[in-house]
Amino acid sequence: MAEPMGFFTDTTVCIGCKACEVACKEWNQLPAANGGIRPLSGDSYDNTRRLDGIHWRHVKFIEQFSADRRQGRWLMMSDVCKHCVRAGCLEVCPTGAIVRTEFDTVVIQADACNGCRDCIGACPFGVIDINPVSGTAQKCTLCYDRLKVGLEPACAKACPTKSINFGPIADLKQMARARLGQLQHAGEGGAYLYGADEAILGGLNSFYLLVDTPEVYGLPPDPKLPSRNLKPSGFWSVLGAVTIALASMISFRNRGSRDV
Amino acid sequence: MSSTFFTASPHWRWLIVGYFFLGGLAAGSYFLATLMDLFARGRDRRLVDLGYLLAFPLVSVCGLLLTFDLGRPERFWHMLIQSETLRPMIKTYSPMSLGAWALLLFGGCSFLSFLAVLAERGWLSWPVLRRLSAAAPVGRLVTVVGMLLAFYVAGYTGVLLSVTNRPIWADTTFLGLTFLISAASTSAALLALVGSRGEASDAGIEALTRFDATMLILEVLAIGALVASLGPVAAVWLNGWGVLLAVMVVGGIALPLYMRLAGRGGSARALAPALVILGGLLFRAVIIFSSDRLS
Repeated sequence: MAEPMGFFTDTTVCIGCKACEVACKEWNQLPAANGGIRPLSGDSYDNTRRLDGIHWRHVKFIEQFSADRRQGRWLMMSDVCKHCVRAGCLEVCPTGAIVRTEFDTVVIQADACNGCRDCIGACPFGVIDINPVSGTAQKCTLCYDRLKVGLEPACAKACPTKSINFGPIADLKQMARARLGQLQHAGEGGAYLYGADEAILGGLNSFYLLVDTPEVYGLPPDPKLPSRNLKPSGFWSVLGAVTIALASMISFRNRGSRDV
Repeated sequence: MSSTFFTASPHWRWLIVGYFFLGGLAAGSYFLATLMDLFARGRDRRLVDLGYLLAFPLVSVCGLLLTFDLGRPERFWHMLIQSETLRPMIKTYSPMSLGAWALLLFGGCSFLSFLAVLAERGWLSWPVLRRLSAAAPVGRLVTVVGMLLAFYVAGYTGVLLSVTNRPIWADTTFLGLTFLISAASTSAALLALVGSRGEASDAGIEALTRFDATMLILEVLAIGALVASLGPVAAVWLNGWGVLLAVMVVGGIALPLYMRLAGRGGSARALAPALVILGGLLFRAVIIFSSDRLS
């Protein structure tokens, strides 16, 4: 297995140019939605709105202004599949279409997926959706095809400010810690890393440097694996089945004395 | 805020609601038929046969609903066979993977039991089918294995919803239990409704109705536990969905229970089970759509 590879996205240097979104769509030949006619959302510069089957990169714009609008800041973040070390989508996929690659990334094989959509609801980040052209669930592959031939992912290649950094996870973590130290030294006390350690789903192979709470960026504060509910749900269901059997025994047996 | 609110909907809609509903009826009819057969020792033969006669057509429709719901229906078999290696595809920790197998095997058992009833009634005259009669060892084995699979099919759909990260579904672990009890209550109602129009004995219908009353009481408790387990997330039902859920509890559980306890005869005899069945459909629709509408 090759070294685990991934993204470190430093949101503090994102300028919201969307070059990553464009590069991603171009390289992966993702179709336009609604014949290319996309209504303006009215929400800042964000007309992509969310990650889905034909948008594998999404630049979020978060405007934070005081009531009198004298003070304010603009948070920008290029969102993508987190390539979780413990991936919920991979857990539930009933066809085996979702696999972990030699780069420790998570990829949906389009020729195996049958569009059951279990992975869409299982993803803790709402990353996956159906690509209407293929009829299958799709998301970022971390440019598996490019990695195979030694190229970096299209989005990281296109990013003009090095907000999106691609490389071996160990190197990225080192880079992220250095940058965090730099920001904290400069007085940005709110800065922290999201998903760089194992606390979130065993680690996110696409992790972030953020300066506000995860919720502000539309990220779950405490993402979990779907399988956490498997055993308790199974237990209650078995208990239900036993109860039904017992109730039926009482109902169908008792009347024997009256049924002559 | 629960982390489940940061996820995307899998767009499971009417086809899946229909599957959950009809799958519950198919599985419930089958396990009730087997339980009646085991415990009533040959009395209620008509109701037992009815359960087997209903289960197979219902589960067949389920297979079609599930296939048409796929983004690529022609690849439905990828759930069972790995498309590249042609080896069996099975993941014990994926409810959908095990569910696909359970549904296939349950379909097989219900088909055999269906044929056995046809043979007993003289509608089919293949001698080999006599071995499938519930009185014969092979037939008994089929119905008992089929019953266990039917319990799985009736409950796994709720477990499947909980083994995601969606709001409501993944915020509770009581959906499997609730769906299972609802499968029992709706199928008992279905058997009573259809059976009372056929040749089933009054005593058999009476026992089934008594069983259904027990299930309805358990169902209220299970739904109560479900709502309580949601904690603050339950606030998402402070809207039309909550009203529909209340309508379901009042119209699909409390009212039929009252009719039963008040001993209403005549038209209530058909109305009460019909309400229970409709309540089961409404319950599944509320669970599916109220989560679907959240982002």
